[in-house]
Formats: sequence, structure tokens, C-alpha cells
Amino acid sequence: MTLCIHDLAVARGGVPVLSGVSFEIAPGAALILRGPNGAGKTTLLRTIAGLQPALSGQIDGADETIAYAGHADGLKAMLSVTENLTFWAQVFGNSDIEPALAAYQLDPLRDRLAGTLSAGQKRRLGLARLMVTGRPVWVLDEPTVSLDADAVAMFASAVTAHLRAGGMALIATHIDLGLNAATFDVAPYRAKADQRSGASDEAFL
Amino acid sequence: MIALLHRDLMLAFRAGGGFGLGLAFFLIVTVLVPFSVGPQSELLSTIAPGVLWLGALLACLLSLDRLLALDFEDGTLDLLATAPLPLEAALSIKALSHWLTTGLPLVLAAPVLGLMLNLAPDGYLWLIASLALGTPALSVIGAFGAALTVGIKRGGLLMSLLVLPLYVPTLIFGAEAARRGAMGLDGTTPLILLAGITLGTIALMPFASAAVLRMTLR
Amino acid sequence: MSLWEYANPVKFLGLSARVQPYLWAAAAICVVVGLVWGFFATPDDFRQGSTVKIIYLHVPAALMAINAWFMMLVASLIWLIRRHHVSALAAKAAAPVGITMTVIALVTGAIWGQPMWGTWWAWDPRLTSFLILFLFYLGYIALWEAVDDPDTAADLTSVLCLVGSVFAVLSRYAVKFWNQGLHQGTSVPVATGGRTVSDVFFYPLVISMVGFGLLFLALVLYRTGTEIRLRRARALLARSKKEA
Repeated sequence: MTLCIHDLAVARGGVPVLSGVSFEIAPGAALILRGPNGAGKTTLLRTIAGLQPALSGQIDGADETIAYAGHADGLKAMLSVTENLTFWAQVFGNSDIEPALAAYQLDPLRDRLAGTLSAGQKRRLGLARLMVTGRPVWVLDEPTVSLDADAVAMFASAVTAHLRAGGMALIATHIDLGLNAATFDVAPYRAKADQRSGASDEAFL
Repeated sequence: MIALLHRDLMLAFRAGGGFGLGLAFFLIVTVLVPFSVGPQSELLSTIAPGVLWLGALLACLLSLDRLLALDFEDGTLDLLATAPLPLEAALSIKALSHWLTTGLPLVLAAPVLGLMLNLAPDGYLWLIASLALGTPALSVIGAFGAALTVGIKRGGLLMSLLVLPLYVPTLIFGAEAARRGAMGLDGTTPLILLAGITLGTIALMPFASAAVLRMTLR
Repeated sequence: MSLWEYANPVKFLGLSARVQPYLWAAAAICVVVGLVWGFFATPDDFRQGSTVKIIYLHVPAALMAINAWFMMLVASLIWLIRRHHVSALAAKAAAPVGITMTVIALVTGAIWGQPMWGTWWAWDPRLTSFLILFLFYLGYIALWEAVDDPDTAADLTSVLCLVGSVFAVLSRYAVKFWNQGLHQGTSVPVATGGRTVSDVFFYPLVISMVGFGLLFLALVLYRTGTEIRLRRARALLARSKKEA
């Protein structure tokens, strides 16, 4: 099982932002996505996660295999840490949330309402959600925002453990996680202004 | 699916979840009616079925913008869309939990408010039956309206504009059954038509709602 | 050569520019002839007097109010299935025309109803259905205005149009059922009163109906052209910003 991206073009608001993107992620491997702000990293990740259609190109091995974590964590302020995590575990057909709690040191917080957590703690909970999905491909958009150094280390070791178990990860980030992973810079794939094929308003030109 | 239902119900009952708001609104609207039309018990008795139906409909409408908007803001909808649960099922469950927390309490509270509006004794059974059959349709149609407007800032008013015309058939048949019952007539025909609308919307609307939600999440 | 060629905005603009002058002229002739003939050259009805003459405005407007929605339904389906932008924009362009026709039908109906039935408004099934149609138009237009991204707006309004059509039909039957139930064999003479039309009334009416149909077509072509140019301007603006 490999995640294969072939000649992918993605659009934001009907305007192409990236085109000709191709890469592969094999089991046990991770890929770090880099590029300046607004280059289209989030759009690329959302497209791969199946949240929006691609303009053209192929995505293989993404059906029912992706656990996506975007800017929002999908937490309910009025539910406790364990309730939030149990919900997502059940949605994905799992029940064991203990390893996830342990990996992000959420044990002491387990009965706190998510609304009372600090931003970093919320983020840790949001990342712990990935572990209860049981999905092999983690697609992460700026996962380390508002995490302190310790929490980043927790995250890095969680990713390492996931990879060692045969998982895959595609991470858009600007900081060095200390992972043994290839880097993919999206900047050269920026869709040119004259390359307007596929834009939703193309027909009007 | 059960997990989602469980979570939605739990959220509704926790502080700030909004459970009971619809019910309180229903109560207040019904209490305000005699103030606006006068206290003559005969008049109240005539309009009672219609007032109760309209109150229930508005109470349902009031709570609709919480149905998806909160999940949209905190990213839950994005994550649900990537989960193994189909969006059609997720929206059906959300409509069900909306009905359990809004529609069902309205059905149970309606007879009490019927007393206050001097509803004819024959009418109670018909009123409860028509509300019990009709309010699920209100929730399912409402989920469609919520999905249409979820990405729009301040979409609440727009949603009312879109949803209310869709409520017309349900309201007509529901209130007609209750009114005929209260007049001592047989309300079976509108009740059956109402049941038909409810079953039809439960079967088909989730597909339209999910299609629309995929468009707005894009 | 396929009809779908005109789904290309540029080709559509070319064709509609060529057709429009004739269309406007034909519409103007038919409407003027129909209305003038109807208003001045037909006898007063023995029962309804001169009030019957509002029929030449009322009936064509009502006809076009329904047909405009039907046209939007077909255009929405074409957009959802084949994703031709012109189709979506034509549906958008038709909605304000349709709602105007609905309002004309409602207002002329009220003006006609006042002397005939002694009331401006009755909750007659036909009248009520038009009121509901008006609400559907209102929601449809409001949704177009509220969504920023034009393609998403086209998608959402198309689905709303489909679902709305189903509910509009349901409402029509519900309203028929509801009013019979209320009045138990109504005695109010319904809008069919003037439909016992003899030929004197009939010919100008048909001409007027054709005229309104052509007028609708011309208006929709014109408005669709405006919408297309708006999208084109936006597309060009987006490109020029990107290059700068």
C-alpha cells in the first residue's frame, strides 16, 4: 500500500495554485511539505484528503486510508478529553484510547473539559485523535502550531512510532521535527498565470 | 453512528448546549397568543391547533442554525467528511438528534399548552399524533437548509428564508389533521398524507443535504 | 453541429447578440398589439364589465411566472449534469424576471379580485400557490446573492431549485387539499371566471401570451449576457492581478 500522487493540479477558489505535483510515500516513510505561505500547501493536503476535488491528475491509495488534521481540531468545548477522544475512536470503529492519551501525556487532563485546556493542550488532543483513527496515512497541516518544545518532541516520537508500525505521514510544517524524512518543496510547482487550463472561469476568457 | 448520536445528545444536554431553548420558545409564543388575540376562550379554542403547529414549527426553525454551524466552525465537519461514516448517514443522525432534543419535547409539551389555549377535548390525540408524525420532517428538511447555509456568515436569516417555504406542505397537512380532530371530524386523510411526506423526506432529503454539504465544504 | 456548442460563453454571446434585436422587436410588437387590442378593441364582458380586460396582463404574467421556474429547473439540471456555465448563469438571470412576473400576476390578480369578489385577497388555492412560488423565488435569489464563490453558488442554487420544485408541487397539492377542507365546497368564483373566453377575448390573449414569452426570452438572453460579461471581467481581473 503506497500513497501515489501523479501529476496533480489543485485549485483554490476556482483558480489553479499548484500543478504537475507528483510524489510517492511508501509504508514507513514520511514526506515533509514545504513552501512559502499561500503557496497552496493546505489546498494540496485538503485535496489529497478528499475534501475537495482535484483539477486533474491522480491520487492512488487514498481511499479510506487518510487521517486528516487541519488547522481546527474538531474538539467540543463541553466534552471532556476522554469523551472527545472516545467519540473519534468510535467513529473510526476503534475503542482503545489509552495509547493516544499516553503518547501526548494527556492522562492528568483526562477529565478536564476541552474548553478549559490551553491552546497547546488542545493541539495535543487534536493530534492524539490521529492515533485513535487507526488509519495508515496521516495528512497533517501545520501540526506543531502552538506546541512547546516538549510537545513537539512528543509529536515527533508519535510520528516515528507510527512510521515504524508501517504507517505513512505527509506533513506540512516549517520547523525541523528531527524526522528521517524526505522534503518536498511546492514552490516550483506553482501554477503559472498563463497556465490557466482547468480554472473554473476558463470558459469565459 | 451511535457514537455521533451519543455525542450530539450529550452536547445538547450539557451547559450551553441549547436543549430546552426551543421548548421555552414554544411556551412563550403560545403564551403570547392570547395577549395578541384576546382572552375569549371560543376564539382561542378555534385557533389552538394552528397556533400550536406554528409555534412548534418556529421552535424547530430556531434551533436549526446550531445543527451544523458549530461543527463547521470547530472543524468537526471536515474531519467527519474524511471519516468512514458517509455524510448522508452523519446528516441523518444529526437530524435525528435534532428531533430528539427539539421535536420530541415539543410533542410532549403540546398537550399542556393545548390546555392553556382551550383546545377541544377531541383534539388532543390528533394534535399529538400529527406533531409526532410531522416534526421529524421538519428536522430533516431543516438539516438540508442548514447544509445549504453552513458556509455563509450570518446565514441564520437566509436559512429561515430557504427553509420556511419548504415547510409549507408539512405545516398544511399537520395543522389540518389537528384542526379536523379538534372540530370532531376525521383527520385520517391529512394524517396519512403527512406521514407520506415525513417518510419521503427521511428517505430522500439526506442525499440532497449531503450533496450540498460536500459543495460547501470544498 | 451540436446545440451544446452554444454552451461556450463566447459563442453564446455572439448568437444572442444576433438574435436579440429581432426578439426584442417581436416581443414589443406582440405585447403592444395584444394589450392595445385587448384593452381598446374588445367589448366589455356582460358580467365582469371592463375589469375583465386585466386578463391580458394577468394571465400571460402568471404563465411566465411558472414557466420561468420551469426553465430554471431545466437550466439547473444542465449545470449539475454537464457543468455548462451559461446554463447556470441563465438560471440566475431568469430568477428576477420570474419573480417580477409573479408579483405582476399577484398584483393584477388582487386588482381584478377586488371588484369581482369584493376582496383584494382570498386564500384560494391558485392565489396561495403563487404566493408560495414567490417565496421560493425569493429564497433562490437570496442564496445566489449570499454565496461568494460563483461556482459554489451555482451548485447550491441548482440543488435548491431541484428540491424546491419538488416541494412546490407538493405545496400546490397540499394547498388544494387544505382549502377544500376549510371551505367545504367553496362559493368564491375562482380565477376561472374569465376563462369562459369567446374568440373576441381569446385572440388578443394569445398574442399577449406569446408577447410575454418572447419578452421573457429577450430579457433572459440580455441578462445572461450581462452575467457572462461580469464573470469574464472578473476572470480577466484575476489573471491581471496574478501577473502583476
